[in-house]
Amino acid sequence: MEASGSRLRIYDQDGVTRVEFLDRNILDEANIQQIGDEVGRVIDANPRPRLLISFANVDHLSSAALGTLITINNKVRAKDGQLRLANIDPQIYEIFVITRLNKLFQIHEDTQAALASFS
Amino acid sequence: MSTQNERVSKPAHGGVPADSGRFVLQSSRSEAERAMQRVLAACSAHQFDPTACFAIRLAMEEAFSNAIRHGNREDAHRTIAFEYRIGEDAIEVEVEDEGAGFDPDAVPDPTLDENIQIPSGRGLMLMRAYMTQVSFNERGNRVRLRLERRR
Repeated sequence: MEASGSRLRIYDQDGVTRVEFLDRNILDEANIQQIGDEVGRVIDANPRPRLLISFANVDHLSSAALGTLITINNKVRAKDGQLRLANIDPQIYEIFVITRLNKLFQIHEDTQAALASFS
Repeated sequence: MSTQNERVSKPAHGGVPADSGRFVLQSSRSEAERAMQRVLAACSAHQFDPTACFAIRLAMEEAFSNAIRHGNREDAHRTIAFEYRIGEDAIEVEVEDEGAGFDPDAVPDPTLDENIQIPSGRGLMLMRAYMTQVSFNERGNRVRLRLERRR
């Protein structure tokens, strides 16, 4: 499921929807909105979404991207779903620590650990 | 990106010439990106470490984002005044929009439990976390970012 113009690679694996970014920089607000819309459609289509967002290859993100992740998290929780984040570069992870969002999100070292954490 | 003043180069202590510029930009992402690339190139050229260049990029992103979105309200006919100075000791960037300004002290702390699930309001705290100093003019429409070199 990689629509033309999509900024994401989205596919299902063992009952989990995996989301990967095609951009190295998640900064531009128009792009971030598009990402939020794409993931929003995935959440809407699943009665109880199980979502794994991988940040492999992501070098930069902004507060606008954090905002979209929070919105995604709120939507997933509203449907009693599960959201996991993984493969976050240490420099990017620090942004999550500074904003205390490492407490809000379930963040895992790698894909394997994240997949194993779904109940 | 129209150049208001030509780039000024003058020798700094220790040899590497200081670099500075002052521009008036159209209030758009693409203009902001060009301005940021200029600072980032100078950041590397002045041998600030990758952590410092990451920090200044992040802080500039937030400053431009605030200026384009909140200050100039996505109106591409408005402008952003942009200045940077890079020397031996520090990088300084100033971003000014045409908006009415805001009170930075009135921005709620996004790390509090009651605010943690609110999607907005983290730009200012990221700027403050990554910069040595963040200051505003009285009107609140001009931000000055300063990052000192780690010794």
